[in-house]
Amino acid sequence: MAVDTERDAFTGRQTTGHEWDGIKELNTPLPTWWLYTFYATIAFAIVWCVLYPSLPWLKGTLGYTERKGVAATLEKAAAGQKTYLDRILKSSVEEIRKDQQLLAFARAGGRIAFNNNCAPCHQSGGAGTLGYPNLADDDWLWGGTAADIEQTIRYGIRSEHDKSRNPPQMPRFGVEGVLTAGQIDDVVEYVLSLSKAPHDAARAARGATVFAKECVTCHKEGGVGNREMGAPALNDAIWLYGGDRAAIRATVFSARSGVMPAWQDRLDDATIKMLTLYVHSLGGGK
Amino acid sequence: MVAMPKRRDLEPPAAPQPPASPLYAGRLRVYPRKVSGLWRTVKWGVLAVCLALYYLVAWLRWDRGPNAPDQAFLIDMAGRRAYFLDLEIWPQEVYYITGLLILAAVGLFLATSLFGRVWCGYTCPQTVWTDIFMLVERWIEGDRNIRIRRDKGPTTATKIGLKLAKHGVWLLIAFATGGAWVWYFNDAPTVTRQFFAGEAGTGVYFFVGLFTATTYMLAGWAREQVCTYMCPWPRFQAAMLDEQSIIVTYEAWRGEPRGKHKAGDSWEGRGDCVACNQCVAVCPTGIDIRDGQQLECIGCGLCVDACNAVMAKVGRPANLIAFDTLANQKAAAAGAPRHFTVIRPRTIIYASVLAVVSLVMLAAFLMRATVEVTVLRDRAPLFVTLSDGGVRNNYTLKILNKTRDTPRYVLSVEGIGDLQAAAEGADDLVLATRPDSVATYRVHLTAPGTRLSAESTDVTFVLRDPATGATLRHRSVFIGPRLQPGERR
Repeated sequence: MAVDTERDAFTGRQTTGHEWDGIKELNTPLPTWWLYTFYATIAFAIVWCVLYPSLPWLKGTLGYTERKGVAATLEKAAAGQKTYLDRILKSSVEEIRKDQQLLAFARAGGRIAFNNNCAPCHQSGGAGTLGYPNLADDDWLWGGTAADIEQTIRYGIRSEHDKSRNPPQMPRFGVEGVLTAGQIDDVVEYVLSLSKAPHDAARAARGATVFAKECVTCHKEGGVGNREMGAPALNDAIWLYGGDRAAIRATVFSARSGVMPAWQDRLDDATIKMLTLYVHSLGGGK
Repeated sequence: MVAMPKRRDLEPPAAPQPPASPLYAGRLRVYPRKVSGLWRTVKWGVLAVCLALYYLVAWLRWDRGPNAPDQAFLIDMAGRRAYFLDLEIWPQEVYYITGLLILAAVGLFLATSLFGRVWCGYTCPQTVWTDIFMLVERWIEGDRNIRIRRDKGPTTATKIGLKLAKHGVWLLIAFATGGAWVWYFNDAPTVTRQFFAGEAGTGVYFFVGLFTATTYMLAGWAREQVCTYMCPWPRFQAAMLDEQSIIVTYEAWRGEPRGKHKAGDSWEGRGDCVACNQCVAVCPTGIDIRDGQQLECIGCGLCVDACNAVMAKVGRPANLIAFDTLANQKAAAAGAPRHFTVIRPRTIIYASVLAVVSLVMLAAFLMRATVEVTVLRDRAPLFVTLSDGGVRNNYTLKILNKTRDTPRYVLSVEGIGDLQAAAEGADDLVLATRPDSVATYRVHLTAPGTRLSAESTDVTFVLRDPATGATLRHRSVFIGPRLQPGERR
């Protein structure tokens, strides 16, 4: 290796024997300690391979795995959250709302639980979509107080749970032949008139009598709705299944009924409380 | 391992060629001799100032009121705050550190283009600590010749004892260095007490151990190898130097031809250099400055002191080795007068960059808001239609309070008529803050549908402090449903 190559006339040092465009490179050796440092890194790598998983068949003597590392991190995080979760369990919703720090924690936890469990139907931020109520507005089918929201989350709507809100279904006026097509058209015009949308006044007047006979039990006088039954208000700007003529007609003809599962057995109490606070904060609740 | 031809051997390669160069260079032991003189005194002075700053600044106290650290300079990693006197930096303001680093870099460029490697020779921690370690070495083991002789000699009890003593003192100094480091990241008096009581965190013990080990290794063992092989600065500092930079030079024009000189001999026909090799003996990197500028030279000027002492003794003019410019040496060789050119394109550019960055930093400091408000609009849902046909937008409002006070702000929103604002947890729209933290509020804005004339309307959040009248503003938008021509809301 250490072949005596040409020497540089000016410095008397050896060249590497390489030449680029007439420029020759001096042989400038690295310091010996650099070499030993390099050996040390090789030794370090060997020790590392023995201690830690390095190759598919070498599991490492320390028994370390990334999965265990993640589990340990999660455990540590859970321990850190425990003090907050305990306080959340012990405090009422109103007490939590007064504690900035606890409220921030509950909202963050609620948001994550919401995104994992609720967002597929209610959309992110509770924006809702056709058939799935918007949770950020001021219209609550089943009540918007924290207690109402918690009840809905725990036991669901028309769910299998015993304590579920389980109102009678809306009759399928068209499908079951309760109302004629003409009567349905009349009642649709009346419903449109309730929210002051453009409508046929004459049909609406006829529809009013149909409404008084068939609909008023649940939707109440003037279409103000009834939370006991989950009957939506028909006199506002919010339409769960669409507020145009065709959509209302489809609703009267074949009826609608939403279902929400009960979360009582799927989520723990602290998570349900955090979810309640989060949903309540979306639109300010009632 | 075959030794490299020594640079200090000035003779050209002898006729029988030295053996082939090895692949790796063995370490050339450097035994710097004690020297005294002007530059040595300056170097001791700078060293004292640097060490005093390092060890004392952490103990400066600064009153910031209750619930705040009273250390003047503190980087609180866990609390995510950096305290510099009255300035308190939050993590998102880390660009101030970037600015300081740019200032330091450009300052170094300017200093180098003017005075060569003064940083390397006088203030670099590697130089400072190597100097102390060498001082200890001289006190315990004696000066250059004694050390060389003893190292070559047999292993005796005295030799072992002296070496043990030296390494012991080195380790103590290294420990003091590592120990002081953690003062800047923890409350100094507290962490010192905790350290010796065994109550400090593992991080503290780790870093003290790390810096003890590196100080001992780098200043005790590696020394000039750090400058020659590890540090990138010598590799590119040549780009900042030119023939007008003041560097350590050898006046070859009057020094050569060199040779031994006996008292009473004539100085005719020979150079002033008496080949005493004192300049090499005192050099902390073990080079011969008479070979000219070289990578290993850290520009400390100890050879200047050594040579001047010899010149005084033999009665020749001083400054045969001197801080001077290459241009001056050329001029002096030709008998022309010396001339220092401080203002030249290179220094103008460095100085202007320095000035511009300093001004930008100063402006940033002066315009730094101590209370800031930010408003994040909810994107899902984009807007909410209410039962009465009104439209609601939700926002997250954050008040970043970097002060120790607790100002209260009254929230109002401008931009749309009949706009109603509601803030959760602040029914009267008075938003409270806590010292040195971020207050977060969810704000709902509700506009009557009839007042929206466009899909998107600009709104401005205004926070007014009734006590001082100070206002903070933040612009955002209010989004409503898409308007159809002739649509009724």
